[in-house]
Amino acid sequence: MEPFAEIAHEHAAFPGGIELDCGRSLRHLDVAYRTYGRLSPRGDNAILVCHALTGDQYVAETHPLTGRPGWWSELVGPGRAVDTDRFFVICANVLGGCMGSTGPRSPHDDKPGEPWGSDFPPITIRDMVRAQKRLIDHLGIRRLFAVIGGSMGGMQVLEWVATYPEAVFAALPVATAAHHSAQNIAFNEVGRQAIFADPDWHAGRYWEKGATPARGLAVARMVAHITYLSEQALTRKFGRRLRDASSLTLLDDRFEVESYLQYQGSAFVRRFDANSYLLITRAMDFFDLAAENGGDLGRAFARARTRFCVVSFSSDWLFPTAESRTVVNALLRSAANVSFVEIASDKGHDAFLLDEPDFHRTLAGFLAGCAEHLGVA
Amino acid sequence: MPDGSSRQERIADAARSMRVDLRLIADLVEPGARVLDIGCGDGALIGDLFRSRGCDARGIELDMALVTRAVAHGLPVMQGDADTDLVHYPDQAFDYVVLSRTLQAVERPLEVLRQMLRISARAIVSFPNFGHWSLRAQLLLRGRMPMTKNWGRMWYETPNIHPCTIRDFFALCEAEGYVVEQWLALDDEGHRAPWRRYPHLANLFGEQGLFVLRRSTNGVSG
Repeated sequence: MEPFAEIAHEHAAFPGGIELDCGRSLRHLDVAYRTYGRLSPRGDNAILVCHALTGDQYVAETHPLTGRPGWWSELVGPGRAVDTDRFFVICANVLGGCMGSTGPRSPHDDKPGEPWGSDFPPITIRDMVRAQKRLIDHLGIRRLFAVIGGSMGGMQVLEWVATYPEAVFAALPVATAAHHSAQNIAFNEVGRQAIFADPDWHAGRYWEKGATPARGLAVARMVAHITYLSEQALTRKFGRRLRDASSLTLLDDRFEVESYLQYQGSAFVRRFDANSYLLITRAMDFFDLAAENGGDLGRAFARARTRFCVVSFSSDWLFPTAESRTVVNALLRSAANVSFVEIASDKGHDAFLLDEPDFHRTLAGFLAGCAEHLGVA
Repeated sequence: MPDGSSRQERIADAARSMRVDLRLIADLVEPGARVLDIGCGDGALIGDLFRSRGCDARGIELDMALVTRAVAHGLPVMQGDADTDLVHYPDQAFDYVVLSRTLQAVERPLEVLRQMLRISARAIVSFPNFGHWSLRAQLLLRGRMPMTKNWGRMWYETPNIHPCTIRDFFALCEAEGYVVEQWLALDDEGHRAPWRRYPHLANLFGEQGLFVLRRSTNGVSG
């Protein structure tokens, strides 16, 4: 399969580069981003949206590669829960991503004419947040009204408050956790091994052969996609339905759920880079906010005066409610102002991306309450 | 959570106006104070404390539907349980902790009160009075568990597993070393009732007790 199309993404360039948690540094940093709405004269209405593992900055507009609506267009837009008539919404492609921010497909610092590929230094969620902070400074915003994100986006929200407490007035970590669980690391590892096992992997230098490890990346996506759903959602959508006549076969995909997963896998490889996938899943695995703060999650939030709204979904088994409650309890220990809601849903982890009216009302209400507190019109 | 009012009724109540007893509680709170309302329902009291008194008011509620409704109205409310979640707060995080018509429904009332007075300088506690004459009369005359507007569910399904009387509560405060700074008996409309100087009469005619407690300075309550 051919590598996916190169397109120009709006971005900010930081020629000074960035130092990373691993001790290495990048000599050049690009942060690709999109904005919606207008920054108020006082600069107090900016909301940063942080995307998840396979998301990107095209949060509320047609995606340039897939032609599909933005991944949170239900939630972000004029008159929506995150109202772009009122707020200035920013979403940046994460460091290490493949939609215009510096990542494995960017030019190698030391090898002219080559991309980074698997040589890209390991990154952390905190590195992603530092890159976003550069963008926020560049846009002239001293304090974000809110930082919002689900899943890996929620990890970034927590990291924002821990790293730049004075720069975040309100935080909305959704369907997330303060560390990646052993189970989640295990699922990620299955995905990584699938990529390594693909003959088109070529030890990470697949671009030299004009190839991509599409088969392995698709399998990685299929495994991950199962973890985003719930048994109930799969049963409701597909049950045990067969695609055509019910003859017993071994090798064809006969069940509807199989062809659905294969479609998910093949659509994914057209928009995502395997090296980025490896790099970002690793960053999630390494995330442990308590460990970053001497083993005490409470210390991560000790300096924060941020108002929190923690949201989980009842059928999410990838980031179960208990993990959100751990975050809530740590916040309570530092007497933080915290709202906490578990939304009843049978849609699994993916619920945060789907039409869940209670979630959207919660988010809108929390933002409105924070705006009332801050006196933002 | 009083027996007699279902969730729907409570939501309807709050939509009309704040319950009279919540108004009395709000009047006990200093402007600008840090307040935690345990069992805050849809957040009527904390909304009022923020908007009319400039308080930093937050809530905990067990019922997720009510929590979602409160947060959707911009109020800082978390889903949680009085019996298990107060331990996470640091000492003296609040000026007031409110427990309105919830004490009788918690698993461990003593521990909840101890936690309240650990995390807050003052505790405001209200509860339906099981010593009210109508309850006594029903038990005496019918020999059955009383059923009234406030105690409207059968003994085997009521969430109110720890009913007490106003005099019981005085005794508990004494045993635990809590100072009763103020107390009131309320009538069945939630208005202040006139038996302030006569606890025995209040215990007979008061439909609710409302207490403001603090820990005694010699720390008897541990």
